[in-house]
Amino acid sequence: MKDITAKNLTKRFGDFTAVDSISFEVERGEIFGFLGANGAGKTTAMRMLCGLSQPTAGEGYVAGFNIDTEAEKVKAHIGYMSQKFSLYEDLRVWENVRLFAGIYGVRKDLIKPKTEETLAKIDLTAERNTLVKEIPLGWKQKLSFSIATFHNPNIVFLDEPTGGVDPLTRRRFWDMIQEAAEGGMTVFVTTHYMDEAEYCNRVSIMVDGKIEALDTPRNLRKQFAAENMDAVFHQLARKATRIEN
Amino acid sequence: MNMAKNNFQFSIFNFQFWCFVQKEFYHIFRDRRTVMVMILMPIIQVILFGFAITTEVKNVKIAIYDPSRDVATQHITEKIGAGEFFIIDRYLNSPAEIDRTFREGEVSVIILFSDNFGERLLHTGDAGIQVLLDASEPNQASSAGMYINSIIADYQQELMREASIPFQIRPEIRMLYNPSMKSGYNFVPGVMGMILMLICAMMTSIAIVREKEMGTMEVLLASPVKPIYVVLSKMSPYFVISWFNLITILLLSVYVLGVPVSGNLFWLNVLSLLFIVVALGLGLFISTLVDTQVAAMLASGMGMIMPVMLLSGFVFPTESMPPVLQWLSTVVPARWYIAAVRRIMIEGAPVQAVWKEFAILAGMAAVIITVSLKNFKSRLE
Repeated sequence: MKDITAKNLTKRFGDFTAVDSISFEVERGEIFGFLGANGAGKTTAMRMLCGLSQPTAGEGYVAGFNIDTEAEKVKAHIGYMSQKFSLYEDLRVWENVRLFAGIYGVRKDLIKPKTEETLAKIDLTAERNTLVKEIPLGWKQKLSFSIATFHNPNIVFLDEPTGGVDPLTRRRFWDMIQEAAEGGMTVFVTTHYMDEAEYCNRVSIMVDGKIEALDTPRNLRKQFAAENMDAVFHQLARKATRIEN
Repeated sequence: MNMAKNNFQFSIFNFQFWCFVQKEFYHIFRDRRTVMVMILMPIIQVILFGFAITTEVKNVKIAIYDPSRDVATQHITEKIGAGEFFIIDRYLNSPAEIDRTFREGEVSVIILFSDNFGERLLHTGDAGIQVLLDASEPNQASSAGMYINSIIADYQQELMREASIPFQIRPEIRMLYNPSMKSGYNFVPGVMGMILMLICAMMTSIAIVREKEMGTMEVLLASPVKPIYVVLSKMSPYFVISWFNLITILLLSVYVLGVPVSGNLFWLNVLSLLFIVVALGLGLFISTLVDTQVAAMLASGMGMIMPVMLLSGFVFPTESMPPVLQWLSTVVPARWYIAAVRRIMIEGAPVQAVWKEFAILAGMAAVIITVSLKNFKSRLE
C-alpha cells in the first residue's frame, strides 16, 4: 500500500521553480530518505506533502488524501517534526506533550497514561516538570519526535531531525525512527548527513528542484560506482547551479 | 490512530481549545516582566496622568475688562488676584481686545464684568460676569474655571450675609478654542483607550508573531487544529487581562483621583469589551503583516499607539484639528471609544446617546476581524 504518492508535484514562487515536477511513491512502513543540498527544494516539497503549502501543479496523496483538496484530513493523519524541534520552551515537558496530544485529538483519558509511557521510553520521566528550555538539545529532539508520533500517525514527516546533534545522539535517534517504522509507521525524513542515508530503505536525491536519483542506498552506490552515499551525493550535487544558502 | 480518529469531530473541540488557552496563559504568566508591565502599566499611567499632567493651577495670568470699576468689581478682582492661583496681568480697554490678548498667549483667562456691575448688583440684585477660558489646555482651563466660579460664589455669600436681599451674580463660563471640552477628567477615558489598545493590539500581535519566529507556528499549521482556534486562544488571555486593567483603571479613577463613573457601569463595560475586540482584531491584523516581533512592536507602536495619542482626542481635542486630521481621526477606533467613554462615564449620558459610536466600533470590529482572519488563513499557503 502506498502511503505517499507524488505526481509531477511542482511549486513555483514567481519565476523561481522551487520544486520541479517530482514524482515518487512511498510504501507503508518504509523509511524514505529525502536528500538534497540546502536550497534544493526539500523543505518546500515536504511542506506541500504536509498540507502546509499548496502545489502550483501536479498532485499528491498522503494517507489516501489529496494534499491540495483534503489538506485538513492529511494533517490529521500525519505527524510533523520541524527543523528546530519546535517545542514551547516556556512550557514544561509534560505540558508540551499534553498540548500536542490535545491538538491531535487524542482522547483526554488516554493522554495521561500514554504520556507516562512515552516519557519513560525516552528516559525523561524525572524531567517531566522541567521547562523545555532547560533540557539539552538531544533530549529536546527525542521529545519532539515522541510528540510528533504521540497520536500514532500513519506517516511521520521529519525535517532535518538531527541538525546540530552529536553523532552518538543521532545514532540513538535513528534507533527510535527504526523502531517506529517496524511498528508500521511510514517515515519521510530529510537530512543532509549522508551517513544517515544508509539507514533508509530508499533515498531520493534532489538537485535544483528535481529528483535526480531514487533507489535503495545499495543500488545507488552501485549505480554511481561510489564507495558510500557521500560520494554518490557529491557526484550529483556537483551538477547544481543554484547557489546554496 | 483509532483513538484519535473516532472522536475527532466534536468532543475534541473544547479540550483542544482549552489546551491552547491554558498554554497562552502559561506563556504570559511565566514571563514575569510581561506580567509586571501589564499589571503595573495602567496604574502608573493613571497616576502619571492624574497627578503629574493635570497641572495644579498656579500663577495663571488673567486679563480683566471692567467698564464700571466700582467697589464690587474691585473687590472681586482683588479676591481673584489674592491667592497664588492667578495673577492680574492687565486691564482691557474694550472687549475687542479679547481675541488679540488670547493669541499673544500669555493670558489664558479673561474676565468681563457687565456695564454698571456694582450698581446693578445693588439695585436689581442681579449682575453678570463672563469668564473666558483658553481651553486649548483643557485641564488647566477647567480648573481655572472652577476656581473662579468658587471665588465668585464666595463673594456672593459674603454679600448675602451682610444684607438680607438675595444677590445673584451669574458667572457665565465659556471655553474658547475647544468648546466641547466639558470636563477636566479627559485623561481617564484617554488612558483607558491607550492601555486597552496597547495590551490588546501590541501584545497580541507580538504573541502571534513570536510563534512564527520560534517556528512553532509551522508545527501548529501542520497539525489539524483550525487556525481560528489558534487565534481565539491567543486572544483570550489578553481579553481577560485587559478587562482586569479596565477595572483597575476605573477603581483608581474613582477612589484615587475622585473621578466618578456617572453613567451606566454595565454599558461602560460593554462598550469597553467592544473596543477590546477591535484592538485584538488589530493585533491579529498586524501579526498577519509582519514576521518578526520587532516589526510587530514597531507596527503596533507607530500604527496603533501613536494615533491613539495624537488623533483620538486624548491629548489634542479633535475639534481643533485641521480638517485633514479630523477626517483622518475618524478611522482611529480609539477616537470613537474615548468619545463614548467621556459621554457615558464622565457626563453620565444614557447609552442611546452613544449609539453612533457603538455602531462604528462594531462595524470596525467586523471588518478588521474578517480581513485579518482571511489574511491569517492565506498564510497557510
